This record gives sequence, C-alpha cells and structure tokens, in this order.
Amino acid sequence: MNQSWVIAKKELASFFNSLIAYILLIAFLLFTGIFTWIYGGGDVFFRKQADMQVFFNFANIILFFFIPAITMRLLSEEKRSGTMELLLTKNVTDRQVVVGKFLAAFLMVCITLLFTLVYYFSISRLGNFDHGASITGYLGLLLMSAAYIAIGLFASSITKNQIVAFLLALFIGICFRFLFGFLGGSMTGWLGELFNTLSLQNHYDSIARGVIDTKDVIYFLSITALGIYLSEYMVSKRS
Amino acid sequence: MDIQIRNLTKSYGGHRAVDDISFDVRTGEVLGFLGPNGAGKTTTMKMITNFLLADEGRIEINGRAIDDGWAKQHIGYLPEHNPLYDEMPVIDYLAFCAALQNVDKSDIPSRVKEMVRICGIDTMKHKKISELSKGYRQRVGLAQAMIHNPDILILDEPTSGLDPNQIVEIRELIKNLGNEKTVILSTHILPEVEATCDRILIINKGKIVADGTANTLRKQAQGQQVLRIKIQAPDNQVVADALQLIPQVRTVEIVDFGSGRFELQSEPEVHSNEAVFHLCASKGWVLTEMIPYETKLEDIFRDLTMN
Repeated sequence: MNQSWVIAKKELASFFNSLIAYILLIAFLLFTGIFTWIYGGGDVFFRKQADMQVFFNFANIILFFFIPAITMRLLSEEKRSGTMELLLTKNVTDRQVVVGKFLAAFLMVCITLLFTLVYYFSISRLGNFDHGASITGYLGLLLMSAAYIAIGLFASSITKNQIVAFLLALFIGICFRFLFGFLGGSMTGWLGELFNTLSLQNHYDSIARGVIDTKDVIYFLSITALGIYLSEYMVSKRS
Repeated sequence: MDIQIRNLTKSYGGHRAVDDISFDVRTGEVLGFLGPNGAGKTTTMKMITNFLLADEGRIEINGRAIDDGWAKQHIGYLPEHNPLYDEMPVIDYLAFCAALQNVDKSDIPSRVKEMVRICGIDTMKHKKISELSKGYRQRVGLAQAMIHNPDILILDEPTSGLDPNQIVEIRELIKNLGNEKTVILSTHILPEVEATCDRILIINKGKIVADGTANTLRKQAQGQQVLRIKIQAPDNQVVADALQLIPQVRTVEIVDFGSGRFELQSEPEVHSNEAVFHLCASKGWVLTEMIPYETKLEDIFRDLTMN
C-alpha cells in the first residue's frame, strides 16, 4: 500500500505538472457551471428548484469523456518509453503499480469534484434542499468514476499507444453505458436480463435518484475490481 | 550477496533466447557479460532482476529462490537504453526511486545528495530529465540504480553514450563498487571488460561459450606462444631451416621471405625467445624485431561467437 501511495503521488504530481489537470479542471467546472447556473433550460433559476440534478447529469457525461483522457497514458506510456521495466524491477509488485495508478486517477477526479462543493453549498442555501439526494449523487459519481477509471486503466494496459488506449476506453465505456442498456431493452428472457444487469446506466440512474442499493454498489465495485485485476494481468504478461 | 543461476532457459515464441545457462557470481566480483547482439545478455539480466520469469531453471540469491520478488530491494538495475521519466526533475526522480526502494523517509534526502555527488550531477539536479545530455542521463540512470545502496548491481551497457573521460570515471566507480558488491555488467566494448571485470562470461545464441578471467580465456584460446621476428641474414632459407630445428619451436611460418619476417609458434607451455636469440647470436645474424604476440580479446570473442 505504501508503494502504491508513492506511485499515486508521483502520477498526481505529473498530472499537475502537465496541462492535463488544469484543462480537466477548467473544462469540467466551466461546463457544469454553465449548465447548472446559467444556460440550457435546466438550470436552477429556470426550474426554480434547489437541487443538483442538472449538475449530476452533466458531470456524468463530462467524466465519461474525460476519464479516458486521464487514464490513457497511465500504463501505455510506461510501456512505450520502457520505464515500466525500471518501475517493476523496483521493490514493488505488479498490483501495487496498477493500484497506485488507479489511485492517482481517482484522486484526480476527487479533486475535481471537490471544487463543485461550492455548488452544493450555494444551492443548498437557495431553497428547500435535499441533502440526502445530493450526497448519494456524489457517491454515484464517485462509484461510476471508479468503474470508468478501471476500464480506462485496462485499456491503457493492453497497448503502447495512448490514442488507442483512449479510444478503447471510450468504446468499452459506450458498451457499458448505452449498448448494454439498449440490448437489454430490446431483448427478452435471460439475455435481456443479463444486459440490463450489465448496463452501467441502469445502476447509475437508481443511485442518482437517491436510492443506494447494495446491488448497485456491488456492481460498480465489481467492475472496478475486475478492471484493476485485468490490468494487473496484462502488466504481468510483460508484453 | 552471491548469485547462483542454474539451467536458466527462456524462449520467445519458439526461439530460445537463453538456453540452459548456469553460472555463479560471488560477492566482490565484477562479472562482464559479453556477447553479440541478441545473444541473450539482456534477457538473462531481466530474469535476474525479476522483470521476466524464467521458463525453466532457477535463480537463487544467497541460496534463496528469487521468484517471489524478495530480492528486488537488494538489486540495483540499469536497463538497456536507460529509460527515465523525462518530465521529472532529477532530484524528484531520485527521491521517487528511493521511496519505491523502501529507503527510510528520513534518509532519502541524504541518499539523494550522496548519489548526486558520486555521479557528478550536481549542476543538473534541478533540471528536467528531458533537458539532460545523454551522458548526464546515463549518470542519472546509475544514480537511481544505486540509490538504495544495493548489494547487487545489474548494469546493462553502463558506459554507452559517455565521453572518454566519463567512461574512465564510471569504470573507476564500478571497480570500487565491485569490492563489496556483486556486479554484473554487459557491454560491447571489449577493453572495458578487461579494465573493469574480474571475470568474463561470453554468451552466444543463448549459451555460455566461455567463462573465466581475461588471462585464462587467452590461454584457452591460444595454447602456444606466438613470436613475430625479423632477422637480417644472408640467406633467409638457411634461417628458416635453422629456426625449425630449435626444439621449443613447433612451426615456422614465413611471413615475408624477402625481408626476413617469420612467425614462430612455440610448443605448448614453453617460450622460444631465448633460443631464438642465442641462435642469431651464434650465427651472427641481426635480430631486428621480436614481438611476442598475445591473442586479443577481440579475436577470442570473434572465434567463439562466429561460426
């Protein structure tokens, strides 16, 4: 764990030493800010409702595109430049490396969401505010981000090319987010059931409504664990 | 720490990169790994550092198998091509490596400082690694390998890209380290092995073809002494015949009949220098050249690795 933390800190620092972190922060806050407060027909003032529903909807979409951008270089760049060899011959296990990288991306998302607490506190003063729904909304975002990060990490572990890693992560994300739900809706029987269970959107929606079901939590954590495990497996192959 | 390697084998898609290799390295020994490109040097090193798993055979350090990675913290490794994180400043990078190698948090600054001093990167320590010249990069690579004061150093072409002065410095450094540590280094530069290594291991096509000090390798490769001589005499044919009659001389080869150049190969274990001198003295011939010819490491290398 200690070693994972060392790696996570280094990765996090490299996000902030490059432009990635700042672009992510600015773009995220700009988009969610505009749609939450000013524009789009769904903003707080237009609807005259003190809730964060619009914010969560947009945060969800923006993270869907941004998380692959954070994760794409995590492992692929190490493979391309050969630093993976140096890293893995240090006193670390494959798992510690993968977990460290995961932690770095997850902390990056946490930091981003931390800034949006400003929205939380300001909206909560505007009217009759449902604190519970907002807290589960954040929890849902964090769980979903963890799953996306694990998917992105896996995509990054199978290629040396960052662009390929990005597109692959996006593709797997689209499967979980749209395709499985669509297939689940159009099929009947156990196959339809299976796709509905796999659909990330279904699980996210129920958390976003303010209902925390252990089933949904377990779903997100399983995808996260599976992604991390598969990344570790790919790293251990040394290909 | 001692390293024992037994029957190590590694294949890449049917091609045996390392084929049943066994050898030992003892504490305080600097082992030079020689071989043409693709001979299996780097693969062997990657297995010792636990980056690759062997298909067969075992690697033990102090009698304990390294499979579970326990030995990683005792090994310092400089990989081929010296990969580094380009975007990191030198001292941050060294501190990162120290932390990964379980150096005590309180000791990290002093270790980094010492490595910066030993490797001569003081003026560069705040620069990003991407801004360094190749020589300085190589020093940073060495510094990260030694940051945790490991007992074993595995260096894959440590002097590549350095200028002649730096090469001498680094060789000196490796030699000093070799007194108390176990060092394995690979190189293409043959004089370098002679200058730094106590023992040489030549591998070719995944197999060990020679193992010993530079001197024993020479003896093995060339059992007899070879003398190149030039004699001024009235009749060179007489000289050739007389040389042939010296008991210590096995064969006489006429290199250049006109100018009186000969190459003598002695019988095993004896030298013919004195006999040749006395012969010339008694006949009144002028001996203008006598060069004992030593087999060069290059020749041994070529003999063993070209078929």
